[in-house]
Amino acid sequence: MEFDYRDRVLVPGYTSCLGCGEAMAMRIVAQAAGKNTIFTSCTGCSEIFTSRYPTSSWAAPWIHSLFENSAAVASGVYYALKHRGKLEGVNVIGTGGDGGTADIGIGCLSGALERGDDILYCCWDNEAYMNTGIQRSSLTPFYAATTTSPAGKASWGNDRPKKDIPAIVAAHNIPYVGVGSCGYYRELPRMVKKALSYRGPKYLQIHSVCPAGWRSDPSQTAVIARLAFETGCYPLYEIIEGETKPHKPPKEGWKHVEEYLKPQGRFRHLFRAEGGEGQIVRIQALAGANIRKFYGDDAVPDFAKEAEKKAEEMAEEQEAEATA
Amino acid sequence: MAEKQEILEGAMAVAHAVARCRPEVIAAYPITPQTHISEELSQIVADGELDAEFVKVESEFGAASVILGASATGVRTYTATSSQGLLLMSEVLWNIAGMRLPVVLACANRSISAPLSIWCDHQDAEAIRDCGIIQFYAEDNQEACDQHLIAYKVAEDRRVLLPVMVNLDGFLLTHVFEPTILPDQQLADRYLPPYEAVLKLDPANPATFGAFTEPDKCMEGRWMVHDACMRSLPVIEEASAEFEKVFGRPSGGLLEEYKSRDAETILIAKGSLCGTIKDVVDEMREEGTKVGLLRIKTYRPWPTEAVLKAVSGAKQIAVIERGASFGAGGVMTPEVKETLYDAGMQTPVSGFCVQLGGREVPPDGIREIVDRVASGEKQTAYEYFRLKTEILPELVPGA
Repeated sequence: MEFDYRDRVLVPGYTSCLGCGEAMAMRIVAQAAGKNTIFTSCTGCSEIFTSRYPTSSWAAPWIHSLFENSAAVASGVYYALKHRGKLEGVNVIGTGGDGGTADIGIGCLSGALERGDDILYCCWDNEAYMNTGIQRSSLTPFYAATTTSPAGKASWGNDRPKKDIPAIVAAHNIPYVGVGSCGYYRELPRMVKKALSYRGPKYLQIHSVCPAGWRSDPSQTAVIARLAFETGCYPLYEIIEGETKPHKPPKEGWKHVEEYLKPQGRFRHLFRAEGGEGQIVRIQALAGANIRKFYGDDAVPDFAKEAEKKAEEMAEEQEAEATA
Repeated sequence: MAEKQEILEGAMAVAHAVARCRPEVIAAYPITPQTHISEELSQIVADGELDAEFVKVESEFGAASVILGASATGVRTYTATSSQGLLLMSEVLWNIAGMRLPVVLACANRSISAPLSIWCDHQDAEAIRDCGIIQFYAEDNQEACDQHLIAYKVAEDRRVLLPVMVNLDGFLLTHVFEPTILPDQQLADRYLPPYEAVLKLDPANPATFGAFTEPDKCMEGRWMVHDACMRSLPVIEEASAEFEKVFGRPSGGLLEEYKSRDAETILIAKGSLCGTIKDVVDEMREEGTKVGLLRIKTYRPWPTEAVLKAVSGAKQIAVIERGASFGAGGVMTPEVKETLYDAGMQTPVSGFCVQLGGREVPPDGIREIVDRVASGEKQTAYEYFRLKTEILPELVPGA
């Protein structure tokens, strides 16, 4: 069958890695938004793999300026269109990775949301600075090893839980916040269209598996992305006009976090180093708390509750040691 | 058409001149001494006198980024800042120049911290000297206003397509009331027709902006910025000549030669300091000293040929600066030396930093500089003029 790319917004031929979750997410978002969209981009992988001069994979207008200003550039596009009366039927979508969104670009993002600018901002959350070589961001999950939060004799990897960007974004009282996943790719077009049906600022964060940075099998990208949700590690939900709507819980019940952690090299130290498996309860405890937050205490599986208790005890012991 | 002179504060006058250029998207963030420009523009928009989007941003970095996005979408844009704000913008400003976006901005020149000072010098603007932004310097408020119109004319010229920054000395111009003629709206419209971009973000004709290049092409892309800067020199002269034709008064241009044609000693300076220097030149001329001033109005691109022509008859030159390059010498001084050296000339050039952070430069200081260089005093290093060594703390006790 001949492949017809003429209707594609992100045209094939870009040079992403095999199994890139970010490319999946971006392709789906671009297609759902359509060609009457102006995209802005942070510096990062997606900018590099779609815009090598003199080629471009973008069949829609697209601009990359700097690492930290994608949201502000999107605002500028919006105000220019508004002034010339050309907003009707045109979407403005700002995009960026987790670092460009949650760390270095959070000021510009907050400004755009607070002003009520009519843009959709999409964060491809692959949980580290991948383009520069897997450095820790504030969206790197607890105990993941990165090149700046490596595991070692005195470290289990990144020692902080993920920053709750969707909550920060939602606190700007914007009409739509969505947290999706490249593993639930059938959901994404609906979320994009839902978001774009609102006037004002919208935010969509998409969990994007990075086989190169997560040290995972490129053929397993969608499977791993789903496990992130099915274990409670990465809750999926929408906050529509202030009302939180969680994704329907996994049919077969919540899984142990090990199922999500094991296929990823970034958590390998937890399974290989002495005492590592004992540390996993902390991740399980965080996952349990996530499940409770969105589905209530009754939904939290017993093994997660046990992990929470154990994690608490471990924290108390640590505290006692520290004060002793 | 006769235009009326009004007594206006510099920042207010600039805001009204900018409004008559009909910018479509304005983004600005408060910083002293620029703030009156953006406050007044907000009021003009709030009063319905200017149909523009005034974007209230979270930082100067955001201001420059919003302007970048709007300019890339094909509308006329404006921002104004000072000092720390300009430095916070600087990453974006380099990007704007590289993307060849005809943004116009004002810098109300102010010192850079530390120590903190809100007062005037040129270190802010000089810190972004090399980024590809065309830089004008105003001597008075009238010129600051006029240079904004010329700035848009040059920036949007298809032979140029570069950002232009109008520098006006913080407080010394921004907060000073002077008789000023605001450009008549009809004349302004004649001089500056509505802006139409060559290429813009438009779904009907999708284009990719800000692509990355590999080493085999990047240098050529950067050279094009330099080339556009150089090509703007005649465009600035043309735009200034047309300004005079339309408004009936000369303004803009590359430089001003003030009693320098037959001068043995030529002073070179930019900005409002030139007002004081001109007074000193007048006095010393009356006393029989052959002294003149070369005032740099366009600092980037550096008008090499015009400078050379203007100083070729001088016996000695003194460059009077409100800037410095710590660890080296002056900023403009070495550029003057380079200009002469490349032409095979050996005219002695002395450089003086007369002010950082707003200290007053009294006429007798200028006079002293003229006397010293005219007497043949040879300078061995850039001089921090009248540095108060008596108030310096003992930095290395016992040394």
